[in-house]
Amino acid sequence: MADFFAMPLWTDFLWPLIVMVAQSVLLLVVLLIAIAYILLADRKIWAAVQIRRGPNVVGPWGLFQSFADLLKFVLKEPIIPSGANKGVFLLAPLVSCVLALAAWAVIPVNLNWVISDINVGILYIFAISSLSIYGIIMGGWASNSKYPFLAALRSAAQMVSYEVSIGFVIITVLLCAGSLNLSAIVEAQHTKGLASLIGLPWLTFLNWYWLPLLPMFVVFYVSALAETNRPPFDLVEAESELVAGFMVEYGSTPYLLFMLGEYVAITTMCAMGAILFMGGWLPPVDLPPFNWVPGVIWFSLKLFFMFFLIAMAKAIVPRYRYDQLMRLGWKVFLPLSLAMVVIVAGVLQFAGIAPK
Amino acid sequence: MILPALFFYLFAGVCVASAAMVISSRNPVHSVLFLILAFVNAAGLFILMGAEFLAMILIVVYVGAVAVLFLFVIMMLDVDFAELREGFLEYLPFGLVIAAIFLLELLLVVGGWTLNPTVTKSITAAIPGDVSNTEALGLVLYTKYIHYFQLAGMVLLVAMIGAIVLTLRHRAGVKRQDINVQNARTPEMAMSVRQVASGQGLQDADQAEWVK
Repeated sequence: MADFFAMPLWTDFLWPLIVMVAQSVLLLVVLLIAIAYILLADRKIWAAVQIRRGPNVVGPWGLFQSFADLLKFVLKEPIIPSGANKGVFLLAPLVSCVLALAAWAVIPVNLNWVISDINVGILYIFAISSLSIYGIIMGGWASNSKYPFLAALRSAAQMVSYEVSIGFVIITVLLCAGSLNLSAIVEAQHTKGLASLIGLPWLTFLNWYWLPLLPMFVVFYVSALAETNRPPFDLVEAESELVAGFMVEYGSTPYLLFMLGEYVAITTMCAMGAILFMGGWLPPVDLPPFNWVPGVIWFSLKLFFMFFLIAMAKAIVPRYRYDQLMRLGWKVFLPLSLAMVVIVAGVLQFAGIAPK
Repeated sequence: MILPALFFYLFAGVCVASAAMVISSRNPVHSVLFLILAFVNAAGLFILMGAEFLAMILIVVYVGAVAVLFLFVIMMLDVDFAELREGFLEYLPFGLVIAAIFLLELLLVVGGWTLNPTVTKSITAAIPGDVSNTEALGLVLYTKYIHYFQLAGMVLLVAMIGAIVLTLRHRAGVKRQDINVQNARTPEMAMSVRQVASGQGLQDADQAEWVK
Protein backbone atom coordinates (compact mmCIF):
# COMPACT_ATOMS: atom_id res chain seq x y z
CA MET A 1 0.00 0.00 0.00
CA ALA A 2 2.87 2.35 0.82
CA ASP A 3 4.22 1.71 -2.66
CA PHE A 4 1.00 2.96 -4.17
CA PHE A 5 1.23 6.31 -2.41
CA ALA A 6 4.77 6.80 -3.71
CA MET A 7 3.77 6.08 -7.31
CA PRO A 8 3.66 9.00 -9.77
CA LEU A 9 0.08 8.06 -10.61
CA TRP A 10 -0.85 8.92 -7.02
CA THR A 11 1.46 11.90 -6.36
CA ASP A 12 1.07 13.58 -9.75
CA PHE A 13 -2.45 12.73 -10.65
CA LEU A 14 -4.84 11.17 -8.16
CA TRP A 15 -3.95 13.16 -5.04
CA PRO A 16 -4.11 16.59 -6.79
CA LEU A 17 -7.38 15.46 -8.37
CA ILE A 18 -8.85 14.52 -4.98
CA VAL A 19 -7.73 17.85 -3.49
CA MET A 20 -9.20 19.76 -6.41
CA VAL A 21 -12.54 17.97 -6.25
CA ALA A 22 -12.72 18.39 -2.46
CA GLN A 23 -11.99 22.13 -2.75
CA SER A 24 -14.59 22.57 -5.47
CA VAL A 25 -17.26 20.66 -3.55
CA LEU A 26 -16.53 22.65 -0.39
CA LEU A 27 -16.79 25.96 -2.27
CA LEU A 28 -20.00 24.87 -4.01
CA VAL A 29 -21.68 23.75 -0.78
CA VAL A 30 -20.74 26.92 1.08
CA LEU A 31 -21.75 29.07 -1.90
CA LEU A 32 -25.13 27.38 -2.36
CA ILE A 33 -26.01 27.62 1.34
CA ALA A 34 -24.91 31.26 1.32
CA ILE A 35 -27.13 31.85 -1.70
CA ALA A 36 -30.11 30.28 0.05
CA TYR A 37 -29.72 32.91 2.79
CA ILE A 38 -28.89 35.73 0.37
CA LEU A 39 -32.17 34.94 -1.39
CA LEU A 40 -33.98 35.08 1.94
CA ALA A 41 -32.19 38.32 2.81
CA ASP A 42 -33.28 39.76 -0.54
CA ARG A 43 -36.93 39.06 0.26
CA LYS A 44 -36.59 40.24 3.88
CA ILE A 45 -34.96 43.53 2.85
CA TRP A 46 -37.62 44.06 0.22
CA ALA A 47 -40.30 43.37 2.81
CA ALA A 48 -38.73 45.65 5.41
CA VAL A 49 -38.65 48.58 2.98
CA GLN A 50 -42.35 48.07 2.29
CA ILE A 51 -43.09 47.60 6.03
CA ARG A 52 -44.08 43.95 5.61
CA ARG A 53 -42.79 40.92 7.50
CA GLY A 54 -41.55 38.91 4.53
CA PRO A 55 -41.20 35.12 4.73
CA ASN A 56 -41.50 34.27 8.42
CA VAL A 57 -43.34 30.94 8.63
CA VAL A 58 -40.91 28.16 7.72
CA GLY A 59 -38.49 27.70 10.61
CA PRO A 60 -37.50 30.38 13.15
CA TRP A 61 -37.88 33.84 11.52
CA GLY A 62 -38.45 32.07 8.21
CA LEU A 63 -34.82 30.90 8.06
CA PHE A 64 -35.69 27.69 6.21
CA GLN A 65 -37.86 29.38 3.57
CA SER A 66 -35.33 28.91 0.73
CA PHE A 67 -35.00 25.20 1.46
CA ALA A 68 -38.77 24.81 1.49
CA ASP A 69 -38.89 26.55 -1.90
CA LEU A 70 -36.17 24.24 -3.17
CA LEU A 71 -38.14 21.16 -2.12
CA LYS A 72 -41.30 22.57 -3.66
CA PHE A 73 -39.66 23.08 -7.05
CA VAL A 74 -37.79 19.79 -7.06
CA LEU A 75 -40.86 17.73 -6.18
CA LYS A 76 -43.04 19.27 -8.89
CA GLU A 77 -43.53 17.65 -12.27
CA PRO A 78 -41.42 19.23 -15.02
CA ILE A 79 -43.66 20.20 -17.93
CA ILE A 80 -42.25 20.51 -21.44
CA PRO A 81 -44.56 22.25 -23.93
CA SER A 82 -45.36 20.06 -26.93
CA GLY A 83 -44.19 22.72 -29.40
CA ALA A 84 -40.89 23.23 -27.61
CA ASN A 85 -37.53 22.21 -28.95
CA LYS A 86 -37.00 19.62 -26.24
CA GLY A 87 -33.20 19.32 -26.18
CA VAL A 88 -32.48 23.05 -26.21
CA PHE A 89 -35.39 23.66 -23.81
CA LEU A 90 -33.81 21.45 -21.15
CA LEU A 91 -30.24 22.49 -21.94
CA ALA A 92 -30.92 26.20 -21.40
CA PRO A 93 -31.40 26.17 -17.58
CA LEU A 94 -28.41 23.85 -17.20
CA VAL A 95 -26.21 26.19 -19.25
CA SER A 96 -27.40 29.16 -17.25
CA CYS A 97 -26.74 27.52 -13.86
CA VAL A 98 -23.47 25.72 -14.67
CA LEU A 99 -21.87 28.78 -16.26
CA ALA A 100 -22.82 30.97 -13.32
CA LEU A 101 -21.25 28.49 -10.89
CA ALA A 102 -18.14 28.07 -13.08
CA ALA A 103 -17.23 31.72 -12.55
CA TRP A 104 -16.53 31.03 -8.88
CA ALA A 105 -13.54 28.83 -9.78
CA VAL A 106 -11.26 31.87 -9.98
CA ILE A 107 -12.66 34.09 -7.21
CA PRO A 108 -10.21 34.43 -4.30
CA VAL A 109 -12.07 34.56 -0.99
CA ASN A 110 -8.85 34.95 1.02
CA LEU A 111 -5.12 35.07 0.39
CA ASN A 112 -4.44 31.86 -1.60
CA TRP A 113 -7.98 30.61 -0.94
CA VAL A 114 -8.91 30.12 -4.56
CA ILE A 115 -9.63 26.99 -6.59
CA SER A 116 -7.68 28.10 -9.66
CA ASP A 117 -5.35 31.09 -9.41
CA ILE A 118 -5.09 31.74 -13.16
CA ASN A 119 -3.27 34.68 -14.78
CA VAL A 120 -6.29 35.95 -16.69
CA GLY A 121 -8.81 35.51 -13.87
CA ILE A 122 -10.73 38.69 -14.56
CA LEU A 123 -11.00 37.94 -18.27
CA TYR A 124 -12.26 34.47 -17.37
CA ILE A 125 -15.09 35.94 -15.28
CA PHE A 126 -15.86 38.42 -18.04
CA ALA A 127 -15.97 35.61 -20.61
CA ILE A 128 -18.19 33.44 -18.43
CA SER A 129 -20.61 36.26 -17.73
CA SER A 130 -20.83 37.01 -21.45
CA LEU A 131 -21.67 33.34 -22.04
CA SER A 132 -24.56 33.45 -19.59
CA ILE A 133 -26.67 35.21 -22.27
CA TYR A 134 -27.01 31.85 -23.98
CA GLY A 135 -29.01 30.29 -21.17
CA ILE A 136 -31.63 33.02 -21.56
CA ILE A 137 -31.67 33.22 -25.35
CA MET A 138 -31.82 29.42 -25.73
CA GLY A 139 -34.61 29.17 -23.16
CA GLY A 140 -36.58 31.92 -24.86
CA TRP A 141 -36.24 30.46 -28.33
CA ALA A 142 -36.78 26.81 -27.41
CA SER A 143 -40.06 27.60 -25.61
CA ASN A 144 -41.56 28.28 -29.04
CA SER A 145 -43.79 31.02 -27.70
CA LYS A 146 -43.92 34.73 -28.42
CA TYR A 147 -43.46 36.24 -24.97
CA PRO A 148 -40.42 34.21 -23.93
CA PHE A 149 -38.84 34.89 -27.30
CA LEU A 150 -39.36 38.66 -27.07
CA ALA A 151 -38.02 38.64 -23.53
CA ALA A 152 -34.96 36.65 -24.58
CA LEU A 153 -34.19 39.11 -27.39
CA ARG A 154 -34.56 42.04 -25.02
CA SER A 155 -32.35 40.42 -22.46
CA ALA A 156 -29.61 39.53 -24.95
CA ALA A 157 -29.50 43.10 -26.27
CA GLN A 158 -29.45 44.46 -22.73
CA MET A 159 -26.64 42.21 -21.54
CA VAL A 160 -24.48 42.83 -24.62
CA SER A 161 -24.91 46.60 -24.15
CA TYR A 162 -23.94 46.69 -20.50
CA GLU A 163 -21.07 44.25 -20.96
CA VAL A 164 -19.32 46.96 -22.96
CA SER A 165 -19.31 49.42 -20.07
CA ILE A 166 -18.38 46.70 -17.55
CA GLY A 167 -15.45 45.87 -19.81
CA PHE A 168 -14.20 49.46 -19.71
CA VAL A 169 -14.66 49.62 -15.93
CA ILE A 170 -12.54 46.48 -15.61
CA ILE A 171 -9.89 48.04 -17.86
CA THR A 172 -9.57 51.11 -15.60
CA VAL A 173 -9.06 48.85 -12.58
CA LEU A 174 -6.52 46.77 -14.51
CA LEU A 175 -4.61 49.91 -15.45
CA CYS A 176 -4.28 50.77 -11.76
CA ALA A 177 -3.46 47.24 -10.59
CA GLY A 178 -1.24 46.18 -13.48
CA SER A 179 -2.40 42.57 -13.49
CA LEU A 180 -5.25 40.40 -14.76
CA ASN A 181 -4.94 38.07 -11.77
CA LEU A 182 -7.66 38.65 -9.17
CA SER A 183 -5.40 37.98 -6.17
CA ALA A 184 -2.85 40.43 -7.56
CA ILE A 185 -5.58 43.05 -8.02
CA VAL A 186 -6.50 42.72 -4.34
CA GLU A 187 -2.86 42.83 -3.23
CA ALA A 188 -2.31 45.96 -5.34
CA GLN A 189 -4.90 47.71 -3.16
CA HIS A 190 -3.07 46.78 0.04
CA THR A 191 -0.05 49.05 0.14
CA LYS A 192 -0.22 51.68 -2.59
CA GLY A 193 -2.72 54.51 -2.68
CA LEU A 194 -4.11 57.48 -0.86
CA ALA A 195 -3.49 56.15 2.68
CA SER A 196 0.27 55.87 2.21
CA LEU A 197 0.21 59.23 0.44
CA ILE A 198 -1.18 61.02 3.52
CA GLY A 199 1.19 59.11 5.81
CA LEU A 200 -1.36 56.77 7.43
CA PRO A 201 -0.52 53.45 5.72
CA TRP A 202 -2.79 51.43 8.05
CA LEU A 203 -5.94 53.14 6.72
CA THR A 204 -6.22 50.54 3.97
CA PHE A 205 -9.80 51.39 3.04
CA LEU A 206 -8.52 54.63 1.54
CA ASN A 207 -6.24 52.57 -0.70
CA TRP A 208 -9.09 50.60 -2.23
CA TYR A 209 -10.11 51.62 -5.71
CA TRP A 210 -13.62 52.75 -4.75
CA LEU A 211 -12.20 56.14 -3.81
CA PRO A 212 -9.90 57.04 -6.74
CA LEU A 213 -12.25 55.35 -9.22
CA LEU A 214 -15.55 56.37 -7.61
CA PRO A 215 -17.33 57.20 -10.90
CA MET A 216 -16.37 53.80 -12.25
CA PHE A 217 -17.65 52.12 -9.09
CA VAL A 218 -21.04 53.73 -9.69
CA VAL A 219 -20.98 52.69 -13.36
CA PHE A 220 -20.01 49.17 -12.31
CA TYR A 221 -22.83 48.98 -9.76
CA VAL A 222 -25.50 50.11 -12.23
CA SER A 223 -24.09 47.93 -15.01
CA ALA A 224 -24.04 44.96 -12.64
CA LEU A 225 -27.75 45.51 -12.01
CA ALA A 226 -28.41 45.56 -15.75
CA GLU A 227 -26.09 42.66 -16.51
CA THR A 228 -27.82 40.37 -14.02
CA ASN A 229 -31.32 41.55 -15.02
CA ARG A 230 -32.04 42.89 -11.56
CA PRO A 231 -34.64 45.59 -10.92
CA PRO A 232 -34.80 48.41 -12.03
CA PHE A 233 -33.52 46.76 -15.24
CA ASP A 234 -35.54 43.53 -15.02
CA LEU A 235 -37.19 44.15 -18.39
CA VAL A 236 -36.61 40.51 -19.19
CA GLU A 237 -39.37 39.58 -16.81
CA ALA A 238 -41.43 42.74 -16.91
CA GLU A 239 -44.67 41.16 -15.74
CA SER A 240 -46.91 43.86 -17.11
CA GLU A 241 -45.55 43.47 -20.64
CA LEU A 242 -44.15 39.98 -20.99
CA VAL A 243 -46.01 37.84 -18.41
CA ALA A 244 -42.92 36.38 -16.71
CA GLY A 245 -40.33 36.83 -19.41
CA PHE A 246 -38.27 34.06 -20.90
CA MET A 247 -39.21 31.68 -18.07
CA VAL A 248 -42.95 31.61 -18.80
CA GLU A 249 -42.95 28.04 -20.06
CA TYR A 250 -40.65 26.76 -17.35
CA GLY A 251 -41.64 25.13 -14.10
CA SER A 252 -40.25 22.76 -11.51
CA THR A 253 -36.49 22.01 -11.50
CA PRO A 254 -35.63 23.78 -14.80
CA TYR A 255 -37.16 26.97 -13.40
CA LEU A 256 -35.26 26.45 -10.16
CA LEU A 257 -32.01 26.18 -12.13
CA PHE A 258 -32.76 29.48 -13.89
CA MET A 259 -33.43 31.20 -10.56
CA LEU A 260 -30.32 29.67 -9.02
CA GLY A 261 -28.21 30.74 -12.00
CA GLU A 262 -29.56 34.27 -11.67
CA TYR A 263 -28.70 34.53 -7.98
CA VAL A 264 -25.27 32.94 -8.47
CA ALA A 265 -24.59 35.51 -11.20
CA ILE A 266 -25.65 38.28 -8.80
CA THR A 267 -23.29 37.03 -6.07
CA THR A 268 -20.51 36.76 -8.67
CA MET A 269 -21.07 40.41 -9.56
CA CYS A 270 -21.03 41.31 -5.85
CA ALA A 271 -17.79 39.37 -5.40
CA MET A 272 -16.32 41.21 -8.38
CA GLY A 273 -17.35 44.53 -6.86
CA ALA A 274 -15.73 43.51 -3.58
CA ILE A 275 -12.51 42.44 -5.30
CA LEU A 276 -12.16 45.26 -7.81
CA PHE A 277 -13.26 48.20 -5.68
CA MET A 278 -13.34 47.19 -2.02
CA GLY A 279 -10.07 45.37 -1.53
CA GLY A 280 -11.34 41.77 -1.45
CA TRP A 281 -10.21 40.07 1.76
CA LEU A 282 -8.23 43.07 3.09
CA PRO A 283 -9.32 44.53 6.45
CA PRO A 284 -10.55 48.13 6.23
CA VAL A 285 -8.02 49.21 8.88
CA ASP A 286 -4.76 47.30 9.00
CA LEU A 287 -4.47 47.40 12.81
CA PRO A 288 -5.51 44.96 15.57
CA PRO A 289 -8.23 43.88 16.19
CA PHE A 290 -9.28 44.37 12.55
CA ASN A 291 -6.45 42.37 11.00
CA TRP A 292 -7.03 39.50 13.46
CA VAL A 293 -10.32 38.81 11.70
CA PRO A 294 -9.86 36.19 8.94
CA GLY A 295 -9.88 37.63 5.42
CA VAL A 296 -12.76 35.43 4.33
CA ILE A 297 -15.01 37.24 6.85
CA TRP A 298 -14.09 40.64 5.44
CA PHE A 299 -14.66 39.29 1.94
CA SER A 300 -18.12 37.97 2.88
CA LEU A 301 -19.04 41.23 4.59
CA LYS A 302 -18.06 43.23 1.51
CA LEU A 303 -19.90 40.83 -0.74
CA PHE A 304 -22.99 41.17 1.39
CA PHE A 305 -22.67 44.95 1.44
CA MET A 306 -22.72 44.95 -2.37
CA PHE A 307 -25.72 42.64 -2.30
CA PHE A 308 -27.50 44.94 0.14
CA LEU A 309 -27.06 47.81 -2.31
CA ILE A 310 -28.51 45.66 -5.09
CA ALA A 311 -31.42 44.53 -2.91
CA MET A 312 -32.20 48.12 -1.94
CA ALA A 313 -32.29 49.12 -5.60
CA LYS A 314 -34.95 46.45 -6.14
CA ALA A 315 -37.00 47.78 -3.26
CA ILE A 316 -36.94 51.50 -4.00
CA VAL A 317 -36.36 52.15 -7.73
CA PRO A 318 -39.16 51.88 -10.31
CA ARG A 319 -38.54 49.87 -13.48
CA TYR A 320 -36.84 51.52 -16.47
CA ARG A 321 -38.41 51.71 -19.88
CA TYR A 322 -36.53 49.81 -22.56
CA ASP A 323 -35.42 52.80 -24.65
CA GLN A 324 -34.26 54.58 -21.48
CA LEU A 325 -32.21 51.53 -20.59
CA MET A 326 -30.52 51.51 -23.99
CA ARG A 327 -29.92 55.26 -23.82
CA LEU A 328 -28.28 54.92 -20.41
CA GLY A 329 -26.03 52.10 -21.58
CA TRP A 330 -24.89 53.47 -24.91
CA LYS A 331 -25.16 57.24 -24.58
CA VAL A 332 -24.20 57.78 -20.94
CA PHE A 333 -22.12 54.89 -19.59
CA LEU A 334 -20.16 54.05 -22.74
CA PRO A 335 -18.75 57.58 -23.33
CA LEU A 336 -18.23 58.07 -19.59
CA SER A 337 -16.29 54.85 -19.10
CA LEU A 338 -14.35 55.34 -22.34
CA ALA A 339 -13.32 58.82 -21.19
CA MET A 340 -12.32 57.44 -17.80
CA VAL A 341 -10.06 54.83 -19.42
CA VAL A 342 -8.21 57.64 -21.21
CA ILE A 343 -8.11 59.85 -18.09
CA VAL A 344 -6.92 57.08 -15.77
CA ALA A 345 -4.26 55.92 -18.25
CA GLY A 346 -3.09 59.53 -18.71
CA VAL A 347 -2.92 60.26 -14.99
CA LEU A 348 -1.05 57.02 -14.26
CA GLN A 349 1.43 57.66 -17.08
CA PHE A 350 2.15 61.33 -16.46
CA ALA A 351 2.16 61.16 -12.66
CA GLY A 352 4.61 58.28 -12.98
CA ILE A 353 2.55 55.97 -10.74
CA ALA A 354 1.74 53.36 -13.38
CA PRO A 355 2.49 49.84 -12.14
CA LYS A 356 5.75 48.62 -13.71
CA MET B 1 1.82 13.85 -18.68
CA ILE B 2 -1.23 12.07 -19.99
CA LEU B 3 -3.83 14.62 -18.87
CA PRO B 4 -3.08 17.42 -21.40
CA ALA B 5 -3.10 14.82 -24.19
CA LEU B 6 -6.51 13.56 -23.06
CA PHE B 7 -7.88 17.08 -22.95
CA PHE B 8 -6.38 17.84 -26.36
CA TYR B 9 -8.23 14.91 -27.92
CA LEU B 10 -11.42 15.87 -26.09
CA PHE B 11 -11.34 19.49 -27.25
CA ALA B 12 -10.12 18.71 -30.77
CA GLY B 13 -12.62 15.88 -31.24
CA VAL B 14 -15.60 17.91 -30.02
CA CYS B 15 -14.42 20.90 -32.06
CA VAL B 16 -14.26 18.94 -35.32
CA ALA B 17 -17.50 17.09 -34.62
CA SER B 18 -19.40 20.29 -33.84
CA ALA B 19 -17.91 21.98 -36.92
CA ALA B 20 -19.31 19.12 -38.99
CA MET B 21 -22.67 19.53 -37.26
CA VAL B 22 -22.67 23.26 -38.15
CA ILE B 23 -22.96 22.48 -41.85
CA SER B 24 -25.01 19.30 -41.60
CA SER B 25 -27.58 20.27 -38.97
CA ARG B 26 -31.11 20.76 -40.35
CA ASN B 27 -32.17 23.49 -37.95
CA PRO B 28 -30.19 26.73 -38.50
CA VAL B 29 -30.41 27.67 -34.82
CA HIS B 30 -28.84 24.33 -33.91
CA SER B 31 -26.11 25.15 -36.45
CA VAL B 32 -25.27 28.37 -34.62
CA LEU B 33 -25.31 26.61 -31.25
CA PHE B 34 -22.86 24.03 -32.63
CA LEU B 35 -20.72 26.87 -33.98
CA ILE B 36 -20.60 28.28 -30.45
CA LEU B 37 -19.58 24.87 -29.12
CA ALA B 38 -16.79 24.79 -31.72
CA PHE B 39 -15.60 28.24 -30.60
CA VAL B 40 -15.55 27.21 -26.95
CA ASN B 41 -13.56 24.08 -27.73
CA ALA B 42 -11.12 26.08 -29.84
CA ALA B 43 -10.64 28.31 -26.79
CA GLY B 44 -9.87 25.15 -24.80
CA LEU B 45 -7.20 24.25 -27.37
CA PHE B 46 -5.69 27.73 -27.03
CA ILE B 47 -5.46 27.23 -23.26
CA LEU B 48 -3.67 23.91 -23.75
CA MET B 49 -1.13 25.73 -25.92
CA GLY B 50 -0.56 28.30 -23.15
CA ALA B 51 -2.31 31.12 -25.04
CA GLU B 52 -4.77 31.90 -22.26
CA PHE B 53 -5.31 35.53 -23.31
CA LEU B 54 -6.32 34.56 -26.84
CA ALA B 55 -8.64 31.90 -25.45
CA MET B 56 -10.48 34.38 -23.25
CA ILE B 57 -10.68 37.01 -26.00
CA LEU B 58 -12.02 34.37 -28.39
CA ILE B 59 -14.85 33.64 -25.95
CA VAL B 60 -15.58 37.27 -25.08
CA VAL B 61 -15.59 38.55 -28.66
CA TYR B 62 -16.80 35.67 -30.80
CA VAL B 63 -19.03 33.76 -28.44
CA GLY B 64 -20.17 36.64 -26.25
CA ALA B 65 -20.88 39.17 -28.98
CA VAL B 66 -20.59 37.97 -32.58
CA ALA B 67 -22.42 34.66 -32.16
CA VAL B 68 -25.19 36.40 -30.19
CA LEU B 69 -25.82 38.61 -33.23
CA PHE B 70 -25.77 35.51 -35.47
CA LEU B 71 -28.41 33.92 -33.26
CA PHE B 72 -30.46 37.13 -33.29
CA VAL B 73 -30.56 37.30 -37.06
CA ILE B 74 -31.22 33.62 -37.62
CA MET B 75 -33.95 33.46 -34.99
CA MET B 76 -35.76 36.50 -36.36
CA LEU B 77 -35.42 35.94 -40.11
CA ASP B 78 -37.93 33.56 -41.58
CA VAL B 79 -35.57 31.79 -43.96
CA ASP B 80 -36.90 28.95 -46.08
CA PHE B 81 -34.07 26.47 -45.83
CA ALA B 82 -35.55 23.92 -48.18
CA GLU B 83 -35.31 26.55 -50.89
CA LEU B 84 -31.73 27.37 -49.91
CA ARG B 85 -30.71 23.74 -50.12
CA GLU B 86 -32.04 23.37 -53.64
CA GLY B 87 -29.04 25.07 -55.19
CA PHE B 88 -26.54 23.04 -53.17
CA LEU B 89 -25.13 20.99 -56.07
CA GLU B 90 -25.20 23.99 -58.38
CA TYR B 91 -22.95 26.03 -56.08
CA LEU B 92 -20.76 23.09 -55.03
CA PRO B 93 -17.92 23.72 -57.57
CA PHE B 94 -17.81 27.41 -56.60
CA GLY B 95 -17.61 26.50 -52.92
CA LEU B 96 -14.87 23.98 -53.59
CA VAL B 97 -12.79 26.61 -55.42
CA ILE B 98 -13.10 28.98 -52.46
CA ALA B 99 -12.18 26.19 -50.05
CA ALA B 100 -9.12 25.33 -52.16
CA ILE B 101 -7.95 28.97 -52.17
CA PHE B 102 -8.45 29.17 -48.44
CA LEU B 103 -6.47 25.97 -47.87
CA LEU B 104 -3.65 27.25 -50.09
CA GLU B 105 -3.46 30.50 -48.15
CA LEU B 106 -3.39 28.67 -44.84
CA LEU B 107 -0.56 26.44 -46.10
CA LEU B 108 1.35 29.53 -47.23
CA VAL B 109 1.04 31.16 -43.82
CA VAL B 110 1.88 28.03 -41.84
CA GLY B 111 4.52 27.00 -44.38
CA GLY B 112 6.88 29.92 -44.16
CA TRP B 113 5.69 33.24 -45.57
CA THR B 114 5.90 35.86 -42.81
CA LEU B 115 5.03 39.49 -42.39
CA ASN B 116 8.55 40.37 -41.28
CA PRO B 117 11.60 38.32 -42.31
CA THR B 118 13.38 38.86 -39.00
CA VAL B 119 10.69 36.93 -37.15
CA THR B 120 10.73 33.95 -39.50
CA LYS B 121 9.07 30.89 -38.08
CA SER B 122 7.78 32.86 -35.13
CA ILE B 123 4.58 30.82 -35.30
CA THR B 124 6.46 27.87 -33.89
CA ALA B 125 8.50 29.96 -31.45
CA ALA B 126 8.12 29.04 -27.82
CA ILE B 127 6.17 31.35 -25.52
CA PRO B 128 8.67 33.24 -23.34
CA GLY B 129 8.74 31.72 -19.88
CA ASP B 130 9.52 34.76 -17.77
CA VAL B 131 6.51 36.89 -18.70
CA SER B 132 2.85 35.94 -18.75
CA ASN B 133 1.16 35.24 -22.05
CA THR B 134 -0.83 38.48 -21.94
CA GLU B 135 2.29 40.55 -21.30
CA ALA B 136 4.21 38.79 -24.07
CA LEU B 137 1.46 39.60 -26.56
CA GLY B 138 1.37 43.23 -25.46
CA LEU B 139 5.15 43.56 -25.72
CA VAL B 140 5.16 42.77 -29.44
CA LEU B 141 1.72 44.12 -30.35
CA TYR B 142 2.36 47.65 -29.07
CA THR B 143 6.00 47.92 -30.18
CA LYS B 144 6.95 45.96 -33.26
CA TYR B 145 3.49 45.67 -34.80
CA ILE B 146 2.02 48.97 -33.63
CA HIS B 147 1.35 50.19 -37.17
CA TYR B 148 -0.45 47.02 -38.21
CA PHE B 149 -2.38 47.20 -34.97
CA GLN B 150 -3.40 50.81 -35.62
CA LEU B 151 -4.29 49.94 -39.21
CA ALA B 152 -6.55 47.12 -38.07
CA GLY B 153 -8.18 49.53 -35.63
CA MET B 154 -8.79 52.04 -38.43
CA VAL B 155 -10.37 49.35 -40.63
CA LEU B 156 -12.75 48.45 -37.80
CA LEU B 157 -13.53 52.12 -37.15
CA VAL B 158 -14.33 52.75 -40.82
CA ALA B 159 -16.54 49.64 -40.90
CA MET B 160 -18.33 50.83 -37.76
CA ILE B 161 -18.95 54.32 -39.14
CA GLY B 162 -20.08 52.77 -42.43
CA ALA B 163 -22.63 50.59 -40.67
CA ILE B 164 -23.98 53.61 -38.78
CA VAL B 165 -24.16 55.75 -41.93
CA LEU B 166 -26.02 53.00 -43.79
CA THR B 167 -28.65 52.45 -41.11
CA LEU B 168 -29.12 55.87 -39.53
CA ARG B 169 -31.98 57.91 -40.87
CA HIS B 170 -33.91 60.72 -39.29
CA ARG B 171 -37.57 60.53 -40.17
CA ALA B 172 -39.57 63.73 -40.04
CA GLY B 173 -42.64 63.88 -37.82
CA VAL B 174 -41.54 61.27 -35.32
CA LYS B 175 -41.92 62.31 -31.70
CA ARG B 176 -38.76 61.68 -29.76
CA GLN B 177 -38.04 61.94 -26.07
CA ASP B 178 -35.36 64.44 -25.14
CA ILE B 179 -34.56 63.73 -21.51
CA ASN B 180 -32.48 66.88 -21.04
CA VAL B 181 -35.37 69.08 -22.17
CA GLN B 182 -37.73 67.19 -19.88
CA ASN B 183 -35.42 67.57 -16.91
CA ALA B 184 -34.97 71.27 -17.57
CA ARG B 185 -38.73 71.89 -17.55
CA THR B 186 -40.00 73.66 -14.46
CA PRO B 187 -43.59 74.10 -13.18
CA GLU B 188 -43.42 77.79 -14.22
CA MET B 189 -42.73 76.80 -17.82
CA ALA B 190 -45.49 74.22 -17.89
CA MET B 191 -48.42 75.99 -16.25
CA SER B 192 -49.75 79.27 -14.98
CA VAL B 193 -52.21 79.75 -12.12
CA ARG B 194 -55.13 82.17 -12.67
CA GLN B 195 -57.87 83.61 -10.58
CA VAL B 196 -60.97 82.94 -12.62
CA ALA B 197 -64.11 84.88 -11.85
CA SER B 198 -67.00 82.59 -10.94
CA GLY B 199 -69.24 81.62 -13.86
CA GLN B 200 -67.02 83.23 -16.45
CA GLY B 201 -64.17 80.93 -17.31
CA LEU B 202 -60.98 82.02 -19.03
CA GLN B 203 -61.38 84.81 -21.56
CA ASP B 204 -60.27 84.50 -25.13
CA ALA B 205 -58.00 87.49 -24.52
CA ASP B 206 -55.78 85.25 -22.41
CA GLN B 207 -55.36 82.75 -25.20
CA ALA B 208 -51.78 83.74 -25.97
CA GLU B 209 -50.69 82.57 -22.52
CA TRP B 210 -52.42 79.22 -22.58
CA VAL B 211 -50.17 76.25 -22.44
CA LYS B 212 -50.96 73.85 -25.23
